[in-house]
Amino acid sequence: MSTFGLILHQVRYEWRSFWRNPAAAFFGAIFPLIFLVIFNLVFGNNEISIPGGTTHASTFYVPAIAAMAVVNSCFTGLAMNAAVSRDLGILKRMRGTPLPAWAYLLAKIIQMSLVALLIVAIVVVAGLLFFGVTLQPRMLPAFVLTVLLGSATFSALGLAVTALVPNADAAPPVVNGIALPLLFISDVFVRSTSAPGWLSTVANIFPIRHLSLALQTAFNPFEAGNGFDASHLLVLAIWLVVGAALGRRFFSWEPRR
Amino acid sequence: MSADLAIRVEALRKSYGTHDAVAGIDLAVEQGEVFALLGPNGAGKTTTVEILEGHRDRTSGSVQVLGHDPAKHERAFMERVGIVLQTTGVDRYLTVREAVQQFAGYYPHPLPVGEVLAVVGLEEERDTRVRRLSGGQQRRLDVAIGLAGDPDLLFLDEPTTGFDPTARRQAWEMVRNLRTLGKTVFLTTHYLDEAEQLADRVAVIAGGRVIAEGTPQDLIAAQPETTIAFRLPAGVALPPEVASALDAPVQEADGWLRLQVPNPTAPLFALTHWATEAHIDLGDLTVTRPSLEDVYLSLTGTTAEAEQAAPQPRRGRSRR
Repeated sequence: MSTFGLILHQVRYEWRSFWRNPAAAFFGAIFPLIFLVIFNLVFGNNEISIPGGTTHASTFYVPAIAAMAVVNSCFTGLAMNAAVSRDLGILKRMRGTPLPAWAYLLAKIIQMSLVALLIVAIVVVAGLLFFGVTLQPRMLPAFVLTVLLGSATFSALGLAVTALVPNADAAPPVVNGIALPLLFISDVFVRSTSAPGWLSTVANIFPIRHLSLALQTAFNPFEAGNGFDASHLLVLAIWLVVGAALGRRFFSWEPRR
Repeated sequence: MSADLAIRVEALRKSYGTHDAVAGIDLAVEQGEVFALLGPNGAGKTTTVEILEGHRDRTSGSVQVLGHDPAKHERAFMERVGIVLQTTGVDRYLTVREAVQQFAGYYPHPLPVGEVLAVVGLEEERDTRVRRLSGGQQRRLDVAIGLAGDPDLLFLDEPTTGFDPTARRQAWEMVRNLRTLGKTVFLTTHYLDEAEQLADRVAVIAGGRVIAEGTPQDLIAAQPETTIAFRLPAGVALPPEVASALDAPVQEADGWLRLQVPNPTAPLFALTHWATEAHIDLGDLTVTRPSLEDVYLSLTGTTAEAEQAAPQPRRGRSRR
């Protein structure tokens, strides 16, 4: 079998297995939707003025929540899933098959990117139907590509971060300890107005804010052009390469106890 | 080197710090045979088998498995071996059939899934989710996955540890089925009866060294002593002239008298002749050939305490 066929085979089984865990799949898919509702309840969905015209506040909520959903499922979710699989001996068994290590990791990244795309699509459709959000058709390719690039980046980083996680019990504190502070300083939940400059610099180094801003660009109804935000996408691409290289080098197939 | 050998190991050593988990062993496994590596916990069995599988690097020595160096993890090698780890897991949300299909898909010439499930006796559970299987069924699924790619060589690391007696019998039946498929099987176990029942040849390992090797019958034959045991009625003692005719010292414990002799014929005659003449009942008289267990205990007995003092780190079997 060709390596391409092997990867496709692997993606199919990873995908199937992911949706077979009903609780995990449900909350993964519904969680961002709950956030969208809560944002609307707490902060309202007022008309706001931005350069070019007025739009609903949800026009900002949806891309921010989409960014959060990508980080949540691809980085946090995949890292925890990999840590559990490693503890259960599933990864070690994979290592004893002809499937190359990189092909296994790539299949995980592809599968999680497809999962994230679906989850984001649910939030976007809800925004379009119920919260007065608009997505320009000319921006759609940019939006999809941004979601996929962001998902691939955070999946690669999620696999790489497992090198810092000795076992599944240690996964939530380590992974959340990295993801949650970065989500807070990256303007995903709240827009920082009084934060010191260095904190903004930190947020600009890491990829979350770049994903959120790139998605906002692709969502802005008054944005000229096709919604591709080259500078933010470039930062994401750099982190993708970094994550893939670190994952390829440090990913471990057996837990440390 | 012989091209016929499935596994050839020379002077294999694996050190963790100053501790030698494997302290220089040689092994030769023929194609098509069931070979058992037998030893107590911490003897170095799993370390050895995981080096042969390519899961661990060796410190020194040469290893050839199906003509490959397993440490290189070559795809051509991985396509020809099936690995059943001691501690392993399967995706819990797939069905039995899907799990086997998933792994079959990694190999160029997999066995039909139905055939694999028949060999391990999981046909009725084919549509059961993995997480719903019993411990014994999960272990059989482990073997099914190891077989999925139609390997020439199958590694089974402690395939029946934790099984109840019925499940063990079923697992043995399964390994016998593998033999009929012509597979080479490399098995580790700390159960003597398992090695005796399944293996064409056995290597006994303790303290990281091979301390005996051969067919189970060879190992037993290497321990030539036969045990004669009997009890005497109350108030009767063995006369000194009879005792001296028995070729070996008589040891008394728990009301039993025992002696170990290379050939039981003459001592038995001396004993029964005296008992018949004196009208003494030797109703409990037994004559026992050594079992593999006796051989094993005499071989590993001296090293067992050393192993207790410096146990090799072992990972527990995870819950699935």
